[in-house]
Amino acid sequence: MNALPGYNFAYLDEQTKRMIRRALLKAVAIPGYQVPFGSREMPLPYGWGTGGIQVTASILGQEDVLKVIDQGSDDTTNAVNIRRFFNRTAGMATTDRTEEASIIQTRHRIPEKPLNENQILVFQVPLPEPMTRLEPREAVTRKLHALADYGLMHVKLYEDIARYGHIATTYDYPVLVNGRYLMAPSPIPKFDNPKLHMSPALQLFGAGREKRVYAIPPWTRVESLDFEDHPFSIQRWQQPCALCDAEDSFLDEVVLDGGGRMFVCSDSDYCQTRQAAGHTGSENTPTEVSA
Amino acid sequence: MSAQHGDRAAAAKTPGPLSQLAGKGGGAPLLRVEGLSRKYGGRIGCSDVSFDLHAGEVLAVVGESGSGKSTLLQLLATRLALDAGSLHYQITGRGLVDLSALSEADRRWLMRTDWGYVEQNPRDGLRMNVSAGANVGERLMAVGARHYGEIRSTAKDWLQRVEMDPARLDELPTGFSGGMQQRLQIARNLVTRPRLVFMDEPTAGLDVSVQARLLDLLRELVTDLGLAAVIVTHDLAVARLLAHRILVMREGRVVETGLTDQVLDDPQHPYTQLLVSSVLQV
Amino acid sequence: METLIEVHGLEKTFTLHNQNSARIAVLNDVTLSVGSGECVALVGPSGAGKSTLLRCLFGNYLASAGAIRLRHEGRWVDLPQSAPREILALRRSTLGYVSQFLRVIPRVPTLDVVAEPLRELGVETASARERAAALLARLHLPERLWHLPPATFSGGEQQRVNIARGLIAEKPILLLDEPTASLDAANAERVAELIDEARRRGAAIVGIFHDTEIRGRVATRLHPVAVEKFEAVA
Repeated sequence: MNALPGYNFAYLDEQTKRMIRRALLKAVAIPGYQVPFGSREMPLPYGWGTGGIQVTASILGQEDVLKVIDQGSDDTTNAVNIRRFFNRTAGMATTDRTEEASIIQTRHRIPEKPLNENQILVFQVPLPEPMTRLEPREAVTRKLHALADYGLMHVKLYEDIARYGHIATTYDYPVLVNGRYLMAPSPIPKFDNPKLHMSPALQLFGAGREKRVYAIPPWTRVESLDFEDHPFSIQRWQQPCALCDAEDSFLDEVVLDGGGRMFVCSDSDYCQTRQAAGHTGSENTPTEVSA
Repeated sequence: MSAQHGDRAAAAKTPGPLSQLAGKGGGAPLLRVEGLSRKYGGRIGCSDVSFDLHAGEVLAVVGESGSGKSTLLQLLATRLALDAGSLHYQITGRGLVDLSALSEADRRWLMRTDWGYVEQNPRDGLRMNVSAGANVGERLMAVGARHYGEIRSTAKDWLQRVEMDPARLDELPTGFSGGMQQRLQIARNLVTRPRLVFMDEPTAGLDVSVQARLLDLLRELVTDLGLAAVIVTHDLAVARLLAHRILVMREGRVVETGLTDQVLDDPQHPYTQLLVSSVLQV
Repeated sequence: METLIEVHGLEKTFTLHNQNSARIAVLNDVTLSVGSGECVALVGPSGAGKSTLLRCLFGNYLASAGAIRLRHEGRWVDLPQSAPREILALRRSTLGYVSQFLRVIPRVPTLDVVAEPLRELGVETASARERAAALLARLHLPERLWHLPPATFSGGEQQRVNIARGLIAEKPILLLDEPTASLDAANAERVAELIDEARRRGAAIVGIFHDTEIRGRVATRLHPVAVEKFEAVA
């Protein structure tokens, strides 16, 4: 405990946290439903994780251990700064290790290591409404949600297939939560969609600019939308991670100084854990095969 | 003579004589309209309109701008709330159902399966940012179709039915001519085989030659599919070509109604006579 | 002989609301009865109201008073009391009308214009077209015209299309308004043959025939229509 003097624990005042926790309780009670909340100004711009930070701040306790990842990495600017923000305002213990964390705030990924019932995953969400590109009027999309009238989303997927021959949506791939609400899983790759399904961990989503929170309670059904003749599938790579030889993780393409390229795990903790355990990659250059 | 058209005006208001005939002519009506009224502040939009529409019947609502015909169409399609009156619709397996008692979900289901609404401006009735195929397929997907290949081939069939080149299936409607957009809108509406279609000036705003071809297509589709339709038009020629019956509106009220050719060739009400005599003969 | 048409006390007055409410009484107390196998020719000077009477019988003009009873599918239907839907059903299966002029439907080829009344009765398209072709051939309409819309045809050609359309469905009641007016003698004779056939088949026919020769050839009875016109300001 060595929080900065002059700030409340975890930056937000207790009334704000209470308001957000109430919204979160409602969100957990209605899986996938977008609950409005009074989003506060945060000391970072919209788009940098203001929603996720407010959710994290509202649920943090002194005993928690926080991990923050951005695109799977603990070391990017966004992740480092958010981790430092909570370290300073809440005196939090932080970690890079997925299994050690009780709260993981994430942008654009779900960790590769399986989560457990004592963990909470907090997603940063830029656009909470999955239908917004087809139907910009919020009054209409809310009505569509109310009536579970989701044909529109299939129009988008139809359009993908008509244009590209397959469902070209590769991230923020729409899901149906608990057989009821259509939900944007935030811009995680569709590779991570199966991890949303029946997850032991509580999954919370915060959109700061759009002032919405939503949730997937533990052990909840989450289906990715698809067509019978174009079933949902995840990305696959022809070769394993060039550093740790993993065949089951999401790979990022890295351009090397010499002009070459290699594919490595986007989850830095997962990759390092495997390397520490003695796995070594070929450092070959696998090519992504579109799913 | 004045007593004569007075009687007819009364007949237009009360569904009595029509509903008696419904028994003779085979079954209850598809749509029963009783005492429909709507005001805009102090102004009358539509006042005390009643009629029965039977399956396969095409009704034209004619009148000048401001006569209340568009308000009537919006009321019928449940897009506007009624101030007074009632709407009953024959729902398969449920009989005549009061539409105001229908849940929002049921009403929407009805509107996108059993009903169609063709807007005057196709841009209002189409999604301009998705392909022709997606436009036609949307209703199918909304009612649960989940097989891409089947949705696509159904959409293709419908493009052909409305005399569009099926090769344009994947094109955006923004690149289509006005007439083609209107065809696409019609296909989009008919793909679920509705029994009742509302049309708001479907051929207005099109070139005359395009108009004639579209009217002809509409006439064919309405006959082949046995559609009931309510068509709002200011163009008496459209009414003559498409409609079995005519409802003449003025200042929000029905002034005359009857068989299309009878109303046009032997109009009874002063306003209808004026309307008919104002048309240029070609 | 079964009666198919019964008209009692029919009156028709036009009120021209936009011309000082002028009232023109055209028909006054018309009584007419036509049986199966009869062809009644309406006679009277031009403007006597012969066409008006036919149009009233078709439901195209609204009777001002009186009864027009037509035999339709084994029962009597009173035209002025019938809903539009009923009148359309009557026209579909019972009541045929050949007007002086063809009201052209844009773009529809002649063969389909003629076949349409059959298709409305549920006859399958191919056989409806076949029968239409046979009838047009009998009326000597050149085959090259069959697949064109009749809009650009000559008056005589259009009239034959109109007659074919009116007669093809072999309806039990036929109303003919000058069916031979624009035809030469040979074509008029072919139409007369068709009218005779319809009558022998049992149709009740009411017609207006200016040509006295044709009238004498097809009519079984004449029915005078008197000039009964007056104008009054309401």
